[in-house]
Amino acid sequence: MQNKAGSLASPGNKISLLDKNYFKYVPPAFITLILLVGQLSFGILDSYVNVVASISASVITEILLAWLLLGTWKNLASAYISGISVGILIRSNMVWPYIITAVLSIMSKYVLRYKGRHLWNPSNFGVSWMLFMAPLDVAGLSIQWGNNLAAMSVIWVLGLLIVARAKRLHVTVTYVLSFIFLAWVRSFITHDAFLAELAPLTGPMYQLFIFFMITDPPTSVSGKKGQIIVVALVALVEFVLRLNSFIYAPFFALFLVGPVAKFIDLRRNAVKAQNKPALVA
Amino acid sequence: MSRFRRLSGIIVVIIFAGLLASTALMSGQRLFHNDGSAIQRETALNKYGFYLEPVNAQSGISFRHLCPQLDPKLKHIEAQIASMGASVSIVDFDNDGWNDIYFTNSRTGSFNALYHNLHNGKFEDVAAQAGLADVNKKGTGVSMGAVWGDYNNDGYEDLLLYKWGKPELFENVGGKKFVNVTDSAGLPGWVNANSAIWFDFDNDGLLDLFIGGYFSEKYDLANLTTTKIMPESFRYANNGGRNYLLKNMGNGRFKDVTTEYGLTSTKWTLAAAAADFNGDGYPELFVANDYNVDEFYINEGGKKFVERGKQAGVGNIPKSGMNATFGDINNDGSVGIYTTDITEKGILIQGNNYWHPKTAETSTPEFVNLGQLAGIDNAGWSYGAQFGDLNNDGYMDLYVANGFVSGKKNTSYWYDYSKVTGGNSSIIGDAANWPDMEGKSQSGYQQDKIWLNDSTGSFEDVSSKACPQATYDGRSVAMADLWNRGVLDVIVANQNNIPLVYKNEFPAKSDKHWVDFDLHGTLSNASAIGARVELQWAGKQQIQVVTGGIGFSSQNQHRVHFGLGKDAKVDKVVIYWPSGQVDEINNPQIDKLHVITESKDKK
Repeated sequence: MQNKAGSLASPGNKISLLDKNYFKYVPPAFITLILLVGQLSFGILDSYVNVVASISASVITEILLAWLLLGTWKNLASAYISGISVGILIRSNMVWPYIITAVLSIMSKYVLRYKGRHLWNPSNFGVSWMLFMAPLDVAGLSIQWGNNLAAMSVIWVLGLLIVARAKRLHVTVTYVLSFIFLAWVRSFITHDAFLAELAPLTGPMYQLFIFFMITDPPTSVSGKKGQIIVVALVALVEFVLRLNSFIYAPFFALFLVGPVAKFIDLRRNAVKAQNKPALVA
Repeated sequence: MSRFRRLSGIIVVIIFAGLLASTALMSGQRLFHNDGSAIQRETALNKYGFYLEPVNAQSGISFRHLCPQLDPKLKHIEAQIASMGASVSIVDFDNDGWNDIYFTNSRTGSFNALYHNLHNGKFEDVAAQAGLADVNKKGTGVSMGAVWGDYNNDGYEDLLLYKWGKPELFENVGGKKFVNVTDSAGLPGWVNANSAIWFDFDNDGLLDLFIGGYFSEKYDLANLTTTKIMPESFRYANNGGRNYLLKNMGNGRFKDVTTEYGLTSTKWTLAAAAADFNGDGYPELFVANDYNVDEFYINEGGKKFVERGKQAGVGNIPKSGMNATFGDINNDGSVGIYTTDITEKGILIQGNNYWHPKTAETSTPEFVNLGQLAGIDNAGWSYGAQFGDLNNDGYMDLYVANGFVSGKKNTSYWYDYSKVTGGNSSIIGDAANWPDMEGKSQSGYQQDKIWLNDSTGSFEDVSSKACPQATYDGRSVAMADLWNRGVLDVIVANQNNIPLVYKNEFPAKSDKHWVDFDLHGTLSNASAIGARVELQWAGKQQIQVVTGGIGFSSQNQHRVHFGLGKDAKVDKVVIYWPSGQVDEINNPQIDKLHVITESKDKK
C-alpha cells in the first residue's frame, strides 16, 4: 500500500530501512508484526489456515490478473498486505470466505477502475462487501481481540512512525482527532459514556484501518488538503453510520466516501491536464 | 490492447460479477432462524416420529421464573447481567420410580419449586413441605441451579443448590423432607456460581463437588461498592470467579482441595461435565468458559487435575462457552462433547462445537470439531443443550435452548455491546462504561433448536416443526421420561418466564423399541455417577454416561435411555462402574426399565 514513500535518504548513501528503496518493505513487515504480536500475545487467529488461505488467494490473484490483463509481474507487497488484512479482519467458521474475500479484494483493483486507476482500497472493498452482503458467513473482528495496553501501545507508536515516514501522518491524525471529537458529540446524542463511544478506537480493527486503509496512497486523493478533507468526511460518514448502529461503520464509510472522492479527484486532474496544453497554446 | 487481454478482461469482469452476486445470494438464502411455519402435529408424528407438546397447564405446572434484582449501579445493563438463573433438574426424590422436577427461581424472596410426579400426568409442587422452596432469602443470594446426588450413600438423592450467593446443601431424609446441612458441610461462603456437578473424582465411593464461579466471589451483585466487575476482555478474560473442588470426607463435610488439585483457573465458568475419556477409570473434567477458551482437565489417578485443553484440541479458540453435554451421535461407542456459543448473523459467528474423540482412548485424548459437519453449529445465542433419542430410532437427537434477552421487539443492543467489547480492558471491565440497554433486545425471540439425527452423523433442523413455535429466552434443558412410557420428554427452563414442559407425543402405534437402565452403586457411589453404559445391538454400539449435572445449569433423569429403532433385540449391555467393576447383561429385555444394582463381587 504505502509504496510511494518520499525519501529521507541519509547522507553518505548509508543503507537504511527508511530509504525509499527499502521502505516499500516496511508496511508489509509492520502488518506482519501486528499479526505476530496479536497471535503471540493472545492467539488472535482462530486458525493459521485462514490467514494462509487469504494471503495465498490474494497473491495468486494478483499474479494472475497482472499477467492476464497488464502483461506484467507486479510487486506483491500490496497483495500480501491485502491478504493479511483480510485474514485478520474477517471471522468465519469456514475457509472459503477468506479466499473469496481476498480474491474479490484484488479483483476490485483490476475491474473497478477509472482513468487507469482503481477506486477502492482493495481489502476495504472485499471486507465491506462480505460483511454487508454475506452476514451469515462472515463477521468482523470488532469484538474479538484482546485488550492488552502494552501491545496496543507498541503498534500505535510504530504505526505513527511509519505513516509519518510515508508522509501520511496528517491523514491518520486528522481521522483520529475527528473520531475523538465526533465520539464526544455522539456521547451527548446517545447519552452513553464518552469512553463507550471512544472504546472502538482502542481496538485492533481501528489500528488496521488507521494505518493501512485510510492511508493507502493509490486510493488517496492528490494534495494534502484534499486528503485531510476526505478523511474528515470518512469520519463524518462513520459518525452518521454509528448513530444508525452500523457495527462496521468505519469500513462502510471508507467504502462510500473513498471511491467518490477518488473519482472526483481523477476527473478534476484530467480536466486540468486537458486545459493545460490549451492554455500554453 | 491485444485480443487475448481483451478477452481476459471480459472473463475477469464476468467472474468478478459472479462472485459478488453469489456471495450475496448464498448468504441471503440461508437463515439461522426458523421460518416459523409450524406443521401439524400428525404430520410431524408421521414424518419425524415424535412431537413435543407443551403441557404446563394440564400437568399443573404453574411455575414462573423471576430474574435477579441487582445493585442499582447495574440498572442500565441489568437485563443482560441478570440473564441467568432459570434452571431445571430432574430427580426421583422419593424413590417411587417416577421422575420429579425441580425449578430454581432467582429473585430475592421468590420460591423454588419441586414438582412431585403424581403418576397420572399431574404434578404437585411440594417444595414448601420439603423445605426446598424458600431458599432465596435476603442476604443468602439467589438460586442459579441445582444438582442432585446421594452424597451420604443412604439411597436418597440429596440436593446441592448453587447461587449467586452461598451454596447450600440439603440432605434428603427418607424421601420425606430435606434438612439444610450447609453449616456443617464446609461449603464456601459465597460463590457467584452458574454451574456445579457431582462426581467422584477419586473413586472412593463418595460423591465430590465441582462448583464453577462466574462473577468473582468478591462481589455480592445485589450490593456493590464498585462497577468494575465485568470481564476484562471479550476473548481473554481471567478475572471471573474462582472454581471449587470439594472433596467429600465421608463425615458430612467437604474439604476444599481446589488448589491442591490444580483447578486454580479464574475464567468465567458457565458449565462443567465429567466423564472418563482416557479409559483409566477416573473422570476427566470439561469446563466451558465464557469470554475465554474452554478447559479440559485430565484426572491423574484421582490425585491431581492437569489442564490439557490445547493438546486435546478443545481449548484453542476462545468463544462464549455456555454448555457442556455428552452424546454419542453416530453410535461408534465414543462420547463426544457438545458446547454452545453465540451465532448472530453479521456480528458474531462462533458456532457451537461438537468435540468428537479423534482416536481410541489415550492418556490425553484429542478431539475434532464435527459441529459444522453435523449441521449443529449455528443455533443462535445458545445456552443449555441435551442429547437424547427423541423418536427412539436408535440415534441421539439434540435440543438446544436459544435466546439471550428478549426486550422491545425490533430493537438490538448488539451495536452498543460491540462498542465496549472491542475496547480496552479498562473500558470493558467497568459496567459504568456500558451503554444503557433501554429495554432493547439482544439476540432475543429466538426459537429453540431441535435437531433430528438422520443416522449418518448429520442432523436435520426440525425446530418449530416438531413443536409449536416458542421464542422464550431458553436457558436450561433436561430430558426425562415423565410418564414412564419409554419416551424422552423435554423440560426447558426459560429466563424470567414460564418453563416449557414438553410431553413427547409419541405415535400411538410405534414400531420403535427402547430400553432404560437405572443404576445404583454399591462399591461405587450410590448414585452411580460416572458409570458408563455401553449398549450393543444390531451391529451398533452406543455409550451413555450417568452424570451428576450436565448441560447448562441442568440435570437429566438419573436413568439412561436408549432408543433401539425397529430392532427387537439387544445383544449385550456392559456397565463400567466407577469402582472398576464391570457388569455385563446379555440380551436384556427390551421396552423395559432395568434397575441395576452394582454387583459387590469385584471382578
